[in-house]
Amino acid sequence: MSTTIPTSGRNGSRPLENADLSHWKANLGDPSQKSQGLFSAAFIQETLAMTRRLFIQLQRRPSTLIAGIIQPLIWLVLFGALFQNVPAGLFGESRNYGQFLGAGIIVFTAFGGALNAGLPVMFDREFGFLNRFLVAPLASRYSIVVASAIFIAALSLVQTAAILALSAVLGAGFPNLPGLVLVLGIVMTLVLGVTALSLGLTFALPGHIELIAVIFVTNLPLLFSSTALVPLDFMPQWLQVVASLNPLTYAIEPIRYVYLHSDWTLGSVVLQAPFAGVTLGASLGVLIVFCGVALALIQPLLRRRMA
Amino acid sequence: MAAAVTIENLRKSYGSVIAVQDVSLTIQPGEIFGLLGPNGAGKTTTIRCLCTLSVPDSGRIELMGIPVLEQPQVARRYLGYIAQEVALDKVLTGRELLELQAAIYHMPKQVALGRIEQMLSLLDLQDWADQKTGAYSGGLKKRLDLALGLLHQPDVLVLDEPTVGLDIETRSAVWSFLRQLKAAGTTVLITSHYLEEVDALADRVAIIDQGRVIAAGTPSDLKDKIGGDRITLRIREFTPDDEAAKAKAMLADLPFVQDVIVNPAQGNSLNLVVERQADALAAVQRSLAEAGLPVFGISQSRPSLDDVYLAATGRTLMDAELAAVGQRDLKQEKKQAMKGR
Repeated sequence: MSTTIPTSGRNGSRPLENADLSHWKANLGDPSQKSQGLFSAAFIQETLAMTRRLFIQLQRRPSTLIAGIIQPLIWLVLFGALFQNVPAGLFGESRNYGQFLGAGIIVFTAFGGALNAGLPVMFDREFGFLNRFLVAPLASRYSIVVASAIFIAALSLVQTAAILALSAVLGAGFPNLPGLVLVLGIVMTLVLGVTALSLGLTFALPGHIELIAVIFVTNLPLLFSSTALVPLDFMPQWLQVVASLNPLTYAIEPIRYVYLHSDWTLGSVVLQAPFAGVTLGASLGVLIVFCGVALALIQPLLRRRMA
Repeated sequence: MAAAVTIENLRKSYGSVIAVQDVSLTIQPGEIFGLLGPNGAGKTTTIRCLCTLSVPDSGRIELMGIPVLEQPQVARRYLGYIAQEVALDKVLTGRELLELQAAIYHMPKQVALGRIEQMLSLLDLQDWADQKTGAYSGGLKKRLDLALGLLHQPDVLVLDEPTVGLDIETRSAVWSFLRQLKAAGTTVLITSHYLEEVDALADRVAIIDQGRVIAAGTPSDLKDKIGGDRITLRIREFTPDDEAAKAKAMLADLPFVQDVIVNPAQGNSLNLVVERQADALAAVQRSLAEAGLPVFGISQSRPSLDDVYLAATGRTLMDAELAAVGQRDLKQEKKQAMKGR
């Protein structure tokens, strides 16, 4: 293999010139005047390119996807079997524990995926690849967050579909069509918020060891302090308080409710928190606020290296 | 003509470690500017500040007339940065990485397609464009890295140690490519701790040591400034100590000889600092012959940039490198750099 760099390319004697490129550069004008920032064409372009990279990686290394589908199904089967003989009625209106558990597994799986979203970005950072993005004139560094969130959301939708299907086989039934749309909306909102937090940590922490440590101490405690595995009234008082402050609860309960009630409305009460009854609409509100706060919180972290 | 890059009184510390004490530079458009210094001198930190990856504690940076610290996003359009270590996504192909690069610089699709083909052809990467970069050799990776950094045709290209760890062939290919870029009007800033690299490439150079610029100018000006020529003389392949001492005493008496050093690391060769004059070499040979001493090898050269560094700091670059080894906590430095505060 030759390592010479030829002195003339296809453009003849002036290999470095490119009329199209020069024209484009000249027309950039004063970039400070251009519409930049969120939702500009430039933002969409860079976000889609970063998302494409993640999907190419997935396509060529599909093990994450396969493991990501198998794992929640194992959860569903094992946990369902563990509590199979619990007397009926202990788990609220659910016919059986399997039906109760489905909503918890859907949310926990999406949450886990989003929580880990920062890891590949952290490795990019450690290998120096992230510098390519940081020295580029990105319209906004939120493109890095949004690209990860789109990728994780797509993954979560596939996982959710698999969980819904297996739950149905196990006798949990199906939400109706508007219910399914609601489930997808909840999953995506949660994924966006948690991905933002995960990437915020990625920018804030020194390296992947620390990030993994934080993920480790966050993941399971948030699961156990939510209503994923048991209903609120099953818990001691203090844990009920904690669970009613846990955003995962506000994703789980609406999903669980639409599983059981095809006549659901935004006014339906889905959770009896210690302080008040929480409607489905209020739950969605909590999730959207959580997501918005997460996105706003990380802004200074994304800016930090920006000078 | 306005300067391409102006750095004034840059200062940057990581915790208690002062990486850059006080660096000021001016780089003219279309020149290759070399930043020379031992490892740990502050070259990379200076570059990180210029490339908007770090925020300095104080100082001012301007790039193509844009205040970098105040308007980093505008400055980034005009800047190309090629890091010391090639960081590629090994799962993607070269072409896919170039497409990603085009998108983060917001090139329209048609422009990007043409430009990518041009860069692939220019860097002789066509045969490899659709292979995953994980399969690339070191030289190929560096070429792709150059293609990525140059895709948007930056006005100022910054390369941190562009040839560290490369084979000699790739190294000279990179050199000739940088000369082509300069010929096409690109301003190039390189850091290096290889003297010959800076000497061969740079129009102007700043020598940086312990976070300060200790000398700046064209390589030949710097060398002229410390004055004199160097004569390296070997009486025999391995000269006995007494013979070397005798020759040293004799040659030191010659009127045009300013200094004589015996270098035991190279078989007691004699290094002479002489006034620049046409017949210095002949005069040395004559007096050796009169004393009945043979000559195994003799050569005259102008002072090197290492002599410039030696004159300014009292140690050679090699000494500085060796001294730096063991004093540095590389892991800690990397962490600090990643924090980027």
